[in-house]
Amino acid sequence: MRTVIGFALAGVVLAGLAVAPLYLGPYGTGLLIGMTGYVTLASAWAMFSGPTRFVSLATVAFFGIGAYTMAVLYESLPYPLVLAVAALVGLVVALVVGLSTLRLAGVYFVIFTFGLAELVRQLVTWYEVNVTGTLGRYLFVSFGSEVIYWQLLGLCAATFLIAWVIGRSRIGLALKVIGDDEVVAVHCGISTARVKLALFAVSSVIITLVGAIQAPRWTYIEPLIVFNPTVSFLTLIMALLGGAGRLWGPLVGAVPLFLLFEWLSANFPDHYSIILGLLFMAIVFVLPKGVLEFAETGLRRLRRRPPQDGSATVAGKEVEG
Amino acid sequence: MTYSKGGRCLPSFTALATILGLALAPLVAATPAGAQDRTSVKIGYAVSKTGANAGGAAITTIPNYRLWLHDVEKNGGLELPDGSKLPIELVEYDDRSSAEEVVRAVERLAGQDQVDFILPPWGTGFNLAVAPLFDRYGYPQLAVSSVTDKAPQFVQRWPRSFWFLGGGSDYTGALASLLSAQVEAGTINNKVAMVSVADGFGIDLVSAARPAMAEAGMDVVLDRTYPVGTNDFTTLLNEAAASGADTFVSFSYPPDTFALTEQAQVADYNPKVLYLGVGAGFPPYGRKLGDKAEGIMTLGGIDAKNAQNMAYRERHKEVTGEYPDLWGSVITYASLQMLQEAIRRVGLDREAVSAELSGGTFQTVLGETKLQDNRLRDLWLVGQWQDGQLVGVAPADRPGASEVILPRQPWK
Repeated sequence: MRTVIGFALAGVVLAGLAVAPLYLGPYGTGLLIGMTGYVTLASAWAMFSGPTRFVSLATVAFFGIGAYTMAVLYESLPYPLVLAVAALVGLVVALVVGLSTLRLAGVYFVIFTFGLAELVRQLVTWYEVNVTGTLGRYLFVSFGSEVIYWQLLGLCAATFLIAWVIGRSRIGLALKVIGDDEVVAVHCGISTARVKLALFAVSSVIITLVGAIQAPRWTYIEPLIVFNPTVSFLTLIMALLGGAGRLWGPLVGAVPLFLLFEWLSANFPDHYSIILGLLFMAIVFVLPKGVLEFAETGLRRLRRRPPQDGSATVAGKEVEG
Repeated sequence: MTYSKGGRCLPSFTALATILGLALAPLVAATPAGAQDRTSVKIGYAVSKTGANAGGAAITTIPNYRLWLHDVEKNGGLELPDGSKLPIELVEYDDRSSAEEVVRAVERLAGQDQVDFILPPWGTGFNLAVAPLFDRYGYPQLAVSSVTDKAPQFVQRWPRSFWFLGGGSDYTGALASLLSAQVEAGTINNKVAMVSVADGFGIDLVSAARPAMAEAGMDVVLDRTYPVGTNDFTTLLNEAAASGADTFVSFSYPPDTFALTEQAQVADYNPKVLYLGVGAGFPPYGRKLGDKAEGIMTLGGIDAKNAQNMAYRERHKEVTGEYPDLWGSVITYASLQMLQEAIRRVGLDREAVSAELSGGTFQTVLGETKLQDNRLRDLWLVGQWQDGQLVGVAPADRPGASEVILPRQPWK
């Protein structure tokens, strides 16, 4: 029953968000695009990195691959097909990368994924310089930003659905075991490498699609623009703030952080970077496991005490903050 | 909207509803407050104050925006057709060298701050990223810091866009014909060694240079591209020296330009024509090299006899603390003067201002300035350091052009 209500509510919220651009101005729509994009990125990131605890900094590598595929193919293929090709390219790269690196221990994986973004960027640059002889591609699309937003919103909903399904499936259970103790998982007969690879592939394909869908926003695509490492870091910090191990965690992290960044860059354009740095440190020190976990621990502590009224609202408030 | 409000009223599922509320609240709250009495003209811009593009923006764009705002304020404000003057209210954002950020900042300027005019960001890529927005909201776009051969197509696509810095083939074509004239005069041989940085600017220019050189009868004997961030050019310079070319051309970025200059001296490499990319037109470059700069060529240049331009340079130094660079800066400032003058003639209606910019003739620091098909075509395409000034030497038939002096003297 709870599930049904949950889905109904999610549906209502989704419908509300879908009609929002009709009421909000272009700036509001732009804001929603950025926000939905980051919620999707953070959720996709957490889908793999949350349970496995493999911190990936490859977000922008896949994001950029998606954007580039869109820029290269938009003129020559119908739009849905371009998205399909982008997803396919993302999948292939994810499989190659996953097969070769997912056996690496944690910290080596972080370093590799960070390098991957740079590697892909250099490869694209090399190709453009030596083969096509131009750097920078033009991407003129006929639709407006609302269409970009609707696509992103659809992708975002799909991401949540996939994450929800995974959480309730055998593979989800396997992931939890891997996250808790990989040695135990192997002894239980779980093919850890295969599970991780599958998750990495799904997560990477979603990230690639975000890049492909958002690319038309920029009209002009060049490696420096689409392989901007900030995307990887922001995604990571958003997921961590909310709590990467939970379905709603990345959402709870991404939305307030995105709005905060927006507010900072509108009101403190000159101090943005300093405030951002301090904020990152604060998140890691104060909320290492994320807002949701923090709130739940608080709630549990309250419940353990003799019943006091108003415990639920306290938890609610902590989620807000 | 009704849907989301409904969602917010439901007591359960606190997290999601709270988030939605949080997400939409600032948007709803910030609905513009309707018409107000005009006490100022709102001008906004988003430019890269931090990040990868900050270096370029800090030289060509930001100081000139500041100088112009300073000059307008000293003038008592922006003059309108009825002779009244309104002060400028400035809205300034940092796009942090991110394409998504510059797009959203312009949406914010247009939709939220509802500024009267938006000044463009720095760089070809960013000007293109925001061009569809300028077009949709009807703002004229005075794109200065973007070198693109596709400007004519862009003007057709976005009729209120204006392109001030020409395209790669303008610069390379002028260079190639200057070189071939020197070959004919017997000053140099027809061999060219050419290096370029593997980034937007370098690739655009070298792609335009290849056919231009071939057409002018020049023989490109060395054609190398190096990655961004290269700082050791010894091998490249040795190869260039061994190639027997009298002409060395580099389409480089400032750090590379400085390194190339430095290392060419160390290697005592003395091509008869030394043409370097962005950076060779920065005033400190000429100051630091002193006599050694004599004869070095690059993009841009000025007419040292143009009194208005020289006065502008002194004012720039006075207000911002440094002389402007000798390529894009003066054009940035001139584009702002055109905007100011267009507002004085036709008022704050953006459509009318665009039409005036497109068709009008203006007195700017460049002299008499008129756009052709929304593009500035009177440009200095090749400049050469002569007597401590980077003077324009091509197009040679443009009034104020200096005679090119070749061969360049060896490093002393």
